[in-house]
Amino acid sequence: MFLKDYIKDVFGAVKSLLIGMRRTGYYFTHHKEIITQQYPDNRDTLVLPERFRGEVVMPHDEKNEHRCTGCTACELACPNGTIKVITKFDITPEGKKKKAIDKLVYHLELCTMCNLCIEACPSDAIKMAQNFEHSVFDRSQLTKVLNKPGSKIMDGVE
Amino acid sequence: MWSLSDITNSIQNALNRAFNPTFATLTEMVIVGICVIGLFAVLGLILVIMERKVSAYMQVRLGPNRVGPKGMLQSLADTLKLLLKEGLTPDGADKFLFNLAPVIAMIAAMLLLAPIAFAKNFQIWDINIGVLFISAVSSISVISILMAGWASNNKYSLLGAMRSGAQIVSYELSAGLSVLSVVILVGSLKLSDIVQSQENGWWIFKGHIPMIISFVIFLVAVTAETNRAPFDLAEAESELTAGFHTEYSGMKFALFFLAEYVNVFIVCGVGATLFLGGWMPLHIGNWHGFNHVMDFIPSSIWFFGKTFFLIFVIMWFRWTFPRLRIDQLLNLEWKYLLPISMFNILLVTLMAIMGWHF
Repeated sequence: MFLKDYIKDVFGAVKSLLIGMRRTGYYFTHHKEIITQQYPDNRDTLVLPERFRGEVVMPHDEKNEHRCTGCTACELACPNGTIKVITKFDITPEGKKKKAIDKLVYHLELCTMCNLCIEACPSDAIKMAQNFEHSVFDRSQLTKVLNKPGSKIMDGVE
Repeated sequence: MWSLSDITNSIQNALNRAFNPTFATLTEMVIVGICVIGLFAVLGLILVIMERKVSAYMQVRLGPNRVGPKGMLQSLADTLKLLLKEGLTPDGADKFLFNLAPVIAMIAAMLLLAPIAFAKNFQIWDINIGVLFISAVSSISVISILMAGWASNNKYSLLGAMRSGAQIVSYELSAGLSVLSVVILVGSLKLSDIVQSQENGWWIFKGHIPMIISFVIFLVAVTAETNRAPFDLAEAESELTAGFHTEYSGMKFALFFLAEYVNVFIVCGVGATLFLGGWMPLHIGNWHGFNHVMDFIPSSIWFFGKTFFLIFVIMWFRWTFPRLRIDQLLNLEWKYLLPISMFNILLVTLMAIMGWHF
């Protein structure tokens, strides 16, 4: 029936508009919801969201060991050639040759923080750091080697 | 007790004692003019900072917070910036109309201040057809918008101006009809009579549901008439850069901007006068004690409080709802608001004849 639909339309519209106004009214009265960070002022206490993507880093533990096996999955996943994995062959105690990384070169100046390398990594060796103040005076400083000198692969990571 | 009407009376008496009546009237006119311009400047500053703060909190932001305490002087700094900017006139523009348009927008807004009752016995011009005057003069502002859009020689400006014309012609109807429902109940177009009739309760309470419906329709229609979001098709940033004031800069742009905010103030003032009792304090029937306490609050505070509440509601609309498309806009008016307000006015008339209101 036409009139019934018409009135239902009006009531539905008013109801949905009121729902929207309740939401913004809630935000207006609850100032603790404000997400603005007054950045240069609160630089010391700045808290970034957990999923913030600053740059790719490789976590090392206290014995200077990382989890990277040198499988080059990250290099293959990267859409713009940001990561170069340079591999070498270690000799294990049993006398076998084992593939390991020599250097994992990361070009920050090429990186778009797309997170594809982290998703591609089978052994969770790399992750996104939360720093974002990347500016340097010389662009050669943007090319970074992610594994620390003298580090080796963690036991049990294949 | 100290009140605004005492001040005006003493000024009037002093002037009449010092000069002959003609000169006294002329001096009063000059004083009123200066007061209106001053009110405009102050309102512009307050409403802009209010809009920015309200929008910021509704969008989970902080808003301006650098200039002055909590950013309260931001709009003053912006005004200074606009004053120092160059008022550019494009080569292809119709220069006379282009420069005239912001002035007309301003004059239309100024004329509307005349019949508004700011406080008890404090009114520039208590004209006996006040409501008619308001609804007639408020449509002059569309001429300035059309003029600006046409004279700019810019397709965005012209489109914005044409949309604004279609919009104001449509929404004037339902705004007029919802205002009419109050006029039917009061039986007078004079604003002081309308305020006086709400002594024992505001019309929105006295008039049952039909008055609430016409109040809502009035709010929607005036939001559209002042070209504010969700009806800001005339200047839709995402479609028409800035609509009719794309080509304006500096002080000419500031005049348009100011006229928009003063128009918002005026329509909210009219809404407060018609539906929320103007300067009349909140009176509930025969509760004499309660009514007496309410009378202690000055009438100007009642008026400005109600007006700013309505302004806040309109800002709330702006920062909550998405913009309508032009066909949706006209659908809303011609298919929904107009039939509902016509039916509503029948109900109100029936109510007035049978005396069903309080």
